[in-house]
Amino acid sequence: MSRSLSLNLGLGVALLAAMLLSLMAGKVWIPLDAWIAGDARWPIIAELRLPRTALAALVGAGLGLSGAAMQGYLRNPLADPGLFGVSSGAALGAVISLYFGYAAAPWLLPTFALAGAAITMALLALLVGQSGSIIVFTLAGVILSSVAGSMTALAISLAPTPFATAQIVTWLMGALTDRSWDDVRLALPLLALGCLLLAFTGRTLDALTLGEPAARSMGVDPRRLQLLIVIGVALCVGASVATAGIIGFVGLIVPHLVRPFVGNRPSAVLLPSALAGALLLVLADSLVRAIPTVSELRLGIAMSMLGGPFFLVLLLRMRRRFA
Amino acid sequence: MSVLAVEGITLRLGGRRVLGPLSAAFAPGRVTAVLGPNGAGKSSLLACLAGLHTPDEGQVQLGGQPRSTFALRDLARQIGLLPQGGDVHWDVDVATLVALGRYPHRARWGETEADRQAVARAMEATDTARFASRTMTALSGGERARVLMARVLAGEPQWLLADEPLANLDPAHQLETLACLRDVARGGAGVIVVLHDLGHALRVADEILLLRDGEAIAQGVPDAVLTPERIAATYGVSAEIGTTPDGERYIVTSSLVR
Repeated sequence: MSRSLSLNLGLGVALLAAMLLSLMAGKVWIPLDAWIAGDARWPIIAELRLPRTALAALVGAGLGLSGAAMQGYLRNPLADPGLFGVSSGAALGAVISLYFGYAAAPWLLPTFALAGAAITMALLALLVGQSGSIIVFTLAGVILSSVAGSMTALAISLAPTPFATAQIVTWLMGALTDRSWDDVRLALPLLALGCLLLAFTGRTLDALTLGEPAARSMGVDPRRLQLLIVIGVALCVGASVATAGIIGFVGLIVPHLVRPFVGNRPSAVLLPSALAGALLLVLADSLVRAIPTVSELRLGIAMSMLGGPFFLVLLLRMRRRFA
Repeated sequence: MSVLAVEGITLRLGGRRVLGPLSAAFAPGRVTAVLGPNGAGKSSLLACLAGLHTPDEGQVQLGGQPRSTFALRDLARQIGLLPQGGDVHWDVDVATLVALGRYPHRARWGETEADRQAVARAMEATDTARFASRTMTALSGGERARVLMARVLAGEPQWLLADEPLANLDPAHQLETLACLRDVARGGAGVIVVLHDLGHALRVADEILLLRDGEAIAQGVPDAVLTPERIAATYGVSAEIGTTPDGERYIVTSSLVR
């Protein structure tokens, strides 16, 4: 218990520090003392960096928590919130709005993305039906995500103008560039509700450690759990993709980073994963802003570049364990 | 205390009848061994009692009331299941795993004094407190089986359903596990255990339910149920029943009679 508490406190402090750093970092470095003096650069912080930092923390927390919940639910350390197709569905929605050039109104793309996430979630619920079976759930997710992926590819190949193609491809890489308070207002309630639902699954995920028969004999209702997981992850991932595009690997990596500190019990991994996810994304987003590249490095790409080597380390560790 | 019973149940899985029609009652404070050849429906019976399967016909009753009239959580508090195999999907430490047995009892937040005491008692009864801080992968097969038993006992069920708890255990650990089941029954709980070893059943059980093809062949005290003729008819093997010099009963199965 105390181990969890100290990790959570440490992560919370680190997150606040990272957010502060994120407000200062960027193309122009704005030190703390410039904030108070009514500096001319204040609007950069208030209108650009503050919403962007807040969004990074929100999206990171949602993805980290979704990843921890998915890994606990599927009892598989390689599970990822993208696995069940909601992120691909949300991306498809966003891509459709770009395809038809609807990006003119800033609220249209996130709305389409959320609609995509909701439709995918509904289809998933339909496909899985009343079974509560984890195998059916995983297969349905894989089917939906590959269908959505192929339709996204179709939209790219049929895009009316090269400009639309470029716009779609860039968007798919995921970024937090130029996000405003509107995006925060959109994401916050959805992510808060999703995280709340997932937080309720902790105990039940613990019981699932003993396998489905034992968990059911202890009073776990697999359909209720599945519903909580589906809706919770869909809200978190849908809101994340709608506001930031696809940012992979956060949900996969973060639970692994916290397990050495709090142990493998699924419920103990949930909160630290949310905090560590927020921390990771805030830091990564500060980094892509601070790196002096011609056009800003996309956050999604940065995370994938981190994720690849991480997967390798994970594989090597697993190989040693099973040797 | 109430009686756990199945009333005319039939269970079909994948279109095939695996159990029933079957009626049987189990008494609290006693060890009932469920015996029968492979595919006789022993595990299916336990699954019905534990609520993992709903019978297609008939009903499971607790204290004369159908199982469906109870809340899931109430049933989980009263009926503990030790499933076959004993999966543990995350490598948690022993104390954490045993505490999972409190799931049906726990308050929304935190651990109560009753939780802590029940876990401590369960670990004492199974002699697992010594390695409470070790993780599950660091245990031997025998230690692991004891920890999983402690998990069920931590729930303080009035009914303990154990599906082949002796599988993969050496002779000494088998006897330890059987002694533990006896202790649980002596504490007032009803124990229903699926066994394959007829000799163990003869020694540990107060009552035996013998199944074949999903139907009850016989139910009663071990000596009345396990006769060489019935063993031959049910299992297709010839059996000799005897007594060791220090008074322990045994059954030796020798040749196939089919």
